[in-house]
Parts: sequence; C-alpha cells; structure tokens
Amino acid sequence: MSVQTHIPATAMPSRPAAGIHGTKMVARDVKVFYGAKQALKGINLEIQENRVMALIGPSGCGKSTFLRCLNRMNDTIENCRVEGLIALDGEDVYGKNIDAVQLRARVGMVFQKPNPFPKSIYDNIAYGPRIHGIASHRDEMDEIVQTSLQRAGLWNEVKDRLREPGTGLSGGQQQRLCIARAIAVSPEVILMDEPCSALDPIATAHIEELIDELRENYTIVIVTHNMQQAARVSQKTAFFHLGDMVECDDTEEIFTNPRDERTQGYITGRYG
Amino acid sequence: MQLTVLLIVLALLTVIGYQMGRSRAVASVGGRIVELHSVPSYHGFYVALWAGLPALLLFAFWGASEGWLVMQMVLSGLPDRLVNGDAQSLGLLRADILNLAHGVATGREPDPEVVAAAERYLRLHALGDWSLLVIGCCIAIAGLIYARGRIDPDLRARNRVERTVNIALVICSLVAILTTIGIVLSLLFEAIRFFAVVNPLEFLFGTHWSPQMAMRADQVGSSGSFGAIPLFAGTLLITGIAMAVAVPVGLMAAIFMSEYASPGLRTWLKPILEVLAGIPTVVYGFFAALTMAPFVRDVGNSLGLSVSSESALAAGFVMGVMIIPFVSSLSDDVINAVPQSLRDGSYGLGATKSETIRLVVLPAALPGIVAAIMLAVSRAIGETMIVTMAAGLTANLTANPLDAVTTVTTQIATLLVGDQEFDSPKTLSAFGLGLVLFVVTLTLNMVALRVVQKYREKYD
Repeated sequence: MSVQTHIPATAMPSRPAAGIHGTKMVARDVKVFYGAKQALKGINLEIQENRVMALIGPSGCGKSTFLRCLNRMNDTIENCRVEGLIALDGEDVYGKNIDAVQLRARVGMVFQKPNPFPKSIYDNIAYGPRIHGIASHRDEMDEIVQTSLQRAGLWNEVKDRLREPGTGLSGGQQQRLCIARAIAVSPEVILMDEPCSALDPIATAHIEELIDELRENYTIVIVTHNMQQAARVSQKTAFFHLGDMVECDDTEEIFTNPRDERTQGYITGRYG
Repeated sequence: MQLTVLLIVLALLTVIGYQMGRSRAVASVGGRIVELHSVPSYHGFYVALWAGLPALLLFAFWGASEGWLVMQMVLSGLPDRLVNGDAQSLGLLRADILNLAHGVATGREPDPEVVAAAERYLRLHALGDWSLLVIGCCIAIAGLIYARGRIDPDLRARNRVERTVNIALVICSLVAILTTIGIVLSLLFEAIRFFAVVNPLEFLFGTHWSPQMAMRADQVGSSGSFGAIPLFAGTLLITGIAMAVAVPVGLMAAIFMSEYASPGLRTWLKPILEVLAGIPTVVYGFFAALTMAPFVRDVGNSLGLSVSSESALAAGFVMGVMIIPFVSSLSDDVINAVPQSLRDGSYGLGATKSETIRLVVLPAALPGIVAAIMLAVSRAIGETMIVTMAAGLTANLTANPLDAVTTVTTQIATLLVGDQEFDSPKTLSAFGLGLVLFVVTLTLNMVALRVVQKYREKYD
C-alpha cells in the first residue's frame, strides 16, 4: 500500500534494523472527547510488531477508549470526537484513504464479554471471511474455519459439533470462539478489551497461553485490570491514569522499576 | 339515595378507622415504633379493612339479590289467580309490576291488585334500602371497634393486610378469565345449535355460501347454503394482501427507526407511526371505500383490466397500512433488544452496517419478528370494518385480487345486524363462523407466544 505523504516525517520512526521489532501502530497526541467531556488528553504511544502491549490503569482512565480508537470502533458512538494521529503501517487510520470497515478487517477486536453470534460455531468463524469474500470455495472456507479454531486452541473441543450454536459453549470456549472469529479474517493487529474479565481462572490461563502463541503471527494490544496477567502475557506495558498515558516501557521494567510514582502506587495496589 | 349515603359513611369510617388504628398502635407501645410487629400504617389499614370490607360485601350481596327478594315477597302476597300461571305469564306479571312501580305506561288498564302490588313493591324497596343503610353502618362500626380492640404490638397486621390484598388481586384476575370463558361458552352453545341444523362437514368444506333462508314455506328460492370455504378463501386473500403490504413496509420502517435514525428522530417518528394504530378502523374504511377502491378500479381500467369497484386489493392494501404500526413497533422493540455486543462483534470484524443488520441483527431478532407478524396476521383476520366498506359482501371463491370478496368477520357482522330471529340457521351460522375464527386466531396467538418464549430463553 502507498505510504501517506501527509504524515509528518518526525511522526514515523525510521524502520528499525532487522531482528528488532518494527513499529506497527503509532499514536501521536490522541485526544478523545465524548461531547464536552475529554476522555483522553493527548496520548503518544508506539505499538511494536509481533509483541503484546498491555494497557493498565484504574477504571475510567481511558485505556478502553484508546483501544477503541485504534480500529475506529468509537465511530459507532455518537458525540465521540477523536483528534490527533493514529497510524497503521504509516497510514493515518482516520485519513481519507482508509475506510473504517477495511481498517477493522486489519485490526480485529475481542471484547470483554464473549459475544458469539446466535449462529452455529462454523458460521461464527465463517462470518468474517464471508463478508470479505476471502474464501472462494467451500473447501477453502472449511480450511479457514479449521485453522482458525486450531490456532485458538478450540478445534479439538468443537470439531464434532461445528453445526451447533456458538451460544451453547461455556464462557471460556465462547471467548476462544470470538478470538478464532477474529483470527479468521487474518488481521494484522488484534485488540483485546479485558478478554478474561468474565472468565474463571482455568479459562483465563487458557486464553493467556493462547495470547502468547498468537504473538508469533499478530500484533496484540490487550486492556487488562489484572496486573499479574499484564506481567505474564505482555512484553510492553503502558500505564494510563485520568486520560493520560503516564508511562510506557518494557513490562519487566514497569513492574520492577517504575519511573513515575503514580505507576508505582497503582502496581503496588495503593490505589486504582 | 340511601346507598350513596351508605357509601359516603363507609368511606368516612375507613378513613377514621385508619387514623384510629394507626394512633392506637403507636400509643400501645408508647411511641417506640420498633417494638411493633408491623409499622403503624399497617395497623391503620387493618382497622380500615375491617370497617370497610364486611359492609361492602353486604352491599354487594344486597345489590345482587335485592330485586329478586323483594319481588318474591310481593308475589307471595298476590292472589292465586294471578300467580298460578305458566312461566311466561308470570314473567309478564313481574314486568307489569316493575313498569307500574317505575311509572312506565303498560298500554292497558292495570288490574287493581297489580297496582297494589306495585305500590307494595316500592314500599318494600324503600324499606330495604333504609335497613341496608342502618345494618351497613352497624356492621362497619362493629368491625371498626372489633379491629381496634385487637390492636396489640404483636398483632401481625402486615401479614393480614397483605393477605387481603392478595385475595383482591386474585379476584380481579379471575374476573378477566371468567369473562373469557363465558364468551367462549356462549359462542360454543350457539355454534352447537347451528351445527345441529347444518352438517359441520358441509359447513367447513362446502364451496357455496348463501345464507338467505325462506321465511315462509311457500317462498321461492333461498334455501340457504352454508359452505364457508369462499369466506375463508376471501379472508385468506385479503389477509395475504394486507401482510404483503404491512410486513415489508413495517419491517423496513423498524430497521430504519432502530438502526439508522438518530435518537432525536426516533422519538418523533415512532409515536407518529403509532398514530396509525389509533385511527378507528371505520375511518380506514372510508379511505378504502372512497379513495383506494375507485383508484384501484381506475388504474385497472386504464390498463385494460376489469376491476370491480369493490376489490379485495383496495381493502387488503388499506388493511395493510393499518397493520404497519403493529409490525413496525413490535419489530422495533425486538431489534432494539438485540444486544449491542453482537453489533460490536460484527463491526469489529469489519462488517458494514447493512451487513451487520442483515447477517447478525435480523437473524437474532427473527423469532421476535415472526411473533410480531403472527400477531399482525391475527389482527388482519379479525378486521371487519374495512372489508365491510371496501370489499363488499359477495361470497366469491376466487384468487383474483381485483374481484370483490368477503371475509368471515364481515359476514358475521352482516348476519347479526338488525332484527334477527335466533332460531334460523342464517343467524346461527354467525356463531359457527365465529367459533372457527376464534379457534384460528387463538392458535395463531398461541404459536406467536410460544415463539416469543423461545426467543426470550436465548438472551436471558
């Protein structure tokens, strides 16, 4: 795809040398308003390719809002206004050349509450590929469904009941189904908004393992309230507080040696 | 007069009872309300109920039986020559007494004995009312004193009051149920009388409908023929046309309102659309008969088709317009009930708005939409006025929407309009039709309810 010329040269870091993770998405001075209320006060963040970025912070700090800016899910909310620059592979996602619909095929999303469609397991996975016309044959579609379910670690549990409704699965299985559904359209980035908050510890462990595996092929941004989870699955962590991005660093660094005292207060449980 | 006084006295006594019960309950614990089993207002209601209810029950019983009682007393005082007749002349005698008592002219010179009986009737009546007033007041005061005496910190006033309220609620719901049962039974009995004359098989499967009967044996023609198939075919045709109009338009309107319209527009649009449901069907009938039907005829004629000036198409179309708000309003509700998370899930996969609506929202709302359509169908089947005015009364067995047809409900209305003799199959056939119609709409409603229930299970 063509690189957009209207992005200032300084906004994009130069391509890194081989072996180092490249930058997949960039946010520059992102401000979000819900009506008159400002939810984000100028966020600057770089999301690296094939790594997991965790967004942590107390409730209402704007981390979910930021996440929803990355694939323009905020477009569906009325009165929501986004300022600043968000780029995917150097292309402004709010620019003229990108359609929100195409963007969301490239930047997929998994939600807090598992939300399988009231359709069969097969049709849940095939939904995305069908609307984007990815598969031309039935066999190809079967193939996509199988690999997606395999990657989401759900294939062995559901392979004999692909025609049964997705809503009949357990909560953890439903969430993996939603991840499989997101994978099926081969996105480049997967956004996860507290994907484990509605699940029990075993299902959570399952999903965390899955996130670690998915990192090989996808760039992942995950919002979580669970700091152990952030420490377990992510390589980079960003701490949000009251609409500001306070600190972003390697996960290990944030949890062992935070620079800002607000970060320290939050991760040691003094508030949040 | 006395009855009004009694009701006013009862109302006063209950208010006084409430105040007395309340204050006595508070006084019984020296103002420390926590020591009461029930809060003071329940004690108040307890006394008020005792003051009001028994007297009201007496009042209801009296209202139901007074006329009969007084009449029995009057009749027992009359000489045998008047009373010892058959049931018919006795009924006539009763009517005479009542008419004289209320000053209605009977049209013939009344028997002096009957005049005396009428006077006696009035006297007894007045006496009854006065005694009711006195007895009612006594019962109310007795109840009040009794209940007040029972007030005690340990009295379970709340439980007693709530049990009484429970019973009242049960009685109210029973009234609705019993009324329905009564309607069904009256329909059933008359229908049975009809089927005793006309073979049910002939009725259900006959293809010729001509309910005119000869009034006298020497009249020609008009032997009456009760094949209901043309009526049901006509109903089906008109309902079909109505649904063909209402379902697409109503559904699209619902989709627009719930998915595309801004909240501001929606708050305007929905009530305006629902105004359609508030227009009396007679007015739709004018519109169908005076505007639609000639329009359909003229357009048909200009296309070289022969269209009767009363056509199924015109009636069906207007009926469809009438039903649009049913479909749109109910569908709008079920579409709104589809969780936002499903839409988000679909958008998150890169689906457009229309794809999301077509592939996720509508399938998820489908059971509810089906239920809405079923309710609309049973509404269309039951509609009478539009068809009476616009589609005519000719029982044609045809599938051509440009012909005049008639429906079951229209026939029922026509059969029962005016003075009728209730022993002729012509009149009774209305009940046969009504029974079949009732069964059909009941079945449809039950199916719709089942579908809705299934739908509910899905998201709870």
